[in-house]
Amino acid sequence: MTTAAPSVFQRTLIAFGSFRRIFKDPDFAQAVAQLATNEDISLPAPVVAPAPAIPLATAAPDAALLLLGLLQREGRLVDFLHENIQSYSDQEVGAAARVVHHGCQRVLHEYLTITPVRDEPEGSRVTLQRGFDASAIRPTGQVVGEPPFTGTLLHRGWRVADTRLPQLTSTHDLRILAAAEVEL
Amino acid sequence: MNHPRYAVGIDLGTTHCALSYVDSEKSEGEQIVQALLLIPQLVSPGAVEARPLLPSFLYLPHRDEFRAGDLGLPWHTDTSRIGGELARQQGMTTPIRLISSAKSWLCHPDIDRKAACLPAGAPAEIPQISPFDASVQFLAHLRDAWNGLHPYAPLHQQAVTVTVPASFDPAARELTAEAARAIGIEQLVLLEEPQAALYSWVNDTEGEWRQQVQVGDVILVVDVGGGTTDLSLIAVTENDGALELTRVAVGEHILLGGDNMDLALAYLLKNKLAHTGVELDRWQVQALTHGCRQAKETLLADATLAQIPVVVPSRGSRLIGGSIRTELTRAEIEASLIEGFFPAVAASARPVNRPRGALTKVGLPYAQDPAVTRHLAAFLARQAGATGDLAGFVAQHPDASFLRPTAVLFNGGVFKATPLQARVLEVLNQWLASESAPAARLLIARDLDLAVARGAAFHAHVRRHGGVRIRGGTSHSYYVGVESAMPAIPGMEPEIQALCVVPFGLEEGSPPVAPPQEFGLVVGEPVRFRFFGSSVRREDQVGDLLEEWNADELDEMAEIQTTLSTTTRKPGEVVAVQLQAAVTEVGTLELTAIPVDAGGEHWNVAFNTRGHQA
Repeated sequence: MTTAAPSVFQRTLIAFGSFRRIFKDPDFAQAVAQLATNEDISLPAPVVAPAPAIPLATAAPDAALLLLGLLQREGRLVDFLHENIQSYSDQEVGAAARVVHHGCQRVLHEYLTITPVRDEPEGSRVTLQRGFDASAIRPTGQVVGEPPFTGTLLHRGWRVADTRLPQLTSTHDLRILAAAEVEL
Repeated sequence: MNHPRYAVGIDLGTTHCALSYVDSEKSEGEQIVQALLLIPQLVSPGAVEARPLLPSFLYLPHRDEFRAGDLGLPWHTDTSRIGGELARQQGMTTPIRLISSAKSWLCHPDIDRKAACLPAGAPAEIPQISPFDASVQFLAHLRDAWNGLHPYAPLHQQAVTVTVPASFDPAARELTAEAARAIGIEQLVLLEEPQAALYSWVNDTEGEWRQQVQVGDVILVVDVGGGTTDLSLIAVTENDGALELTRVAVGEHILLGGDNMDLALAYLLKNKLAHTGVELDRWQVQALTHGCRQAKETLLADATLAQIPVVVPSRGSRLIGGSIRTELTRAEIEASLIEGFFPAVAASARPVNRPRGALTKVGLPYAQDPAVTRHLAAFLARQAGATGDLAGFVAQHPDASFLRPTAVLFNGGVFKATPLQARVLEVLNQWLASESAPAARLLIARDLDLAVARGAAFHAHVRRHGGVRIRGGTSHSYYVGVESAMPAIPGMEPEIQALCVVPFGLEEGSPPVAPPQEFGLVVGEPVRFRFFGSSVRREDQVGDLLEEWNADELDEMAEIQTTLSTTTRKPGEVVAVQLQAAVTEVGTLELTAIPVDAGGEHWNVAFNTRGHQA
């Protein structure tokens, strides 16, 4: 709060005004009661609040390893990305990419339900209402003024609607993305 | 206990198992509340997924092959046997430890079905198991999956229908019923798979089926699964003004299915690669088969594609450098798949039977002719008179050279490629047109992979709650061989006569039948009878004695045997008995030997499932 503290006169006006309103408005009374007990409550939201320091969380590696293992098993993704593609022709890379594409696509279909964030076709004009979900929609370019914003949909976005990852036995070592194979 | 909540249908398939169930408490009339059981199974070491299909594969791992904890399932399991998806995957790289097509072994007449013989030809240190045990294993997996989900309505308290191929002989049916009893199922009924497919269609129409078929219709069910082809004819009849379905004929057991088709395409591409100097090893051929299956489905689904690239991934980690690329073209699909498996043949075509070369070991009796349409032509011609004596039925044309179906229902994963449905229908309609008969129409089936399980659950439900039933009874008439009384002639086998013990169409639960002829059996000594079945001799009555018959009318089956116990009689005594036959409520054939002189006693006559060497 950067505004200066009110003078004695102003405070008297506030006190009398509040006194009357506490009798008329139960919500206001509750807010005042909370003010008296809890110093953190502030009544009207500020226009721009500085983000409080939040502890950063590290995602548990298990789910990432599990998904990577599936992408390797079905689509040989780790093999593909670990290979140096400089020495191969586009045709050779393309042939391998079919294996990767087909297998990884199956993983996405089987274990996740992925839907576009916006259903409109890309290139169409869309309007963002006040209070749009900024984590799901990112306005870019001339971001000035107040919503509603109108602009062109460049990318529909992707949202995971459902996950159906396999269940694991407790002893399973997820760090093994692919077991080494030894033919006897 | 007496009022099971769920009606459960189990499709115990050659390549996949599935379980569907109807909640009978919530179902009313033709509004059926039905669901599929998602079956938890290992998909890789340590990872369990619930999937609608359980691949019918068993893998017998080496004790050091997996960490014991990686083979756990949500229930107590025997880690010396892995079932389902992981078994299938692991079998690709280590086939000597894989059991596949256990169901085809279950009806193999030349082996002991309860002897540990699978995987066939496995090294001595691998503990083999019997085809019967393998079936028990799959059923137990389904039971445990069910009980995990319905702890307060365990499977053994539910009404269960298990499906069998229509072509299963009485011995294989008995083994299937025994396997189901082995996992504790008490209220069991067996149902033929093509009938289950038709039940599923009836259920999907929600009563509309009465508008889609009429009296006089003959529905041909063509079921081509992963490993077998099953054919049935079901007639639409009338009883007291209501439509009825009657199964009038079933085909022979044909080991021919979608796996053959994928393999045919893989070998085609393997040869194509060999011409360019690329040789594939066994693992690569497996991977190629897998790739061909996907390419086939894509090509058949999209008529505008001329070819599809097929890539055999490298086995090592160098994916780009080690992968082999080839193409499957539409022309190749048409030549190999459509002309090879579904050729446009005349109605008079018959499957080619080459004499087999000497076999060094017992294998599955795979169909020698891959043409499904030729097997179909032979089946329809053989059954030309199938509807002849059906009460209340519009007679078929007397000049017909084959039985003329008026509607066709397809089932099995192969027909997910709709061009193959169209092809079979087109060939069939050419046969019909050549005899100036009206074209057969297509009955639209839903979900070709799961229809059998769904239909079986629907059947289990309507059995107790009323609804349409497919009648049928035994699909064959059965005979025992009787030596005729004539002087012995050197070098001549005594002539054999066939005594009809079970008439065609004997229905389950109907009173037992017994031919008047008596047999003298020696107490304490095992007695064997030669046993014959016929799918075409519909007129023979119990007690009819056939002196001669056409070679293709009667098929000899595994023998039947009995031993009169010595508890009440003296060993060596000769007892006059009659053979009595009944079809149990379960749907299995039951033969008993009943002494003529005294009531109360009877001895079970068992089907020999121990093979010829026993």
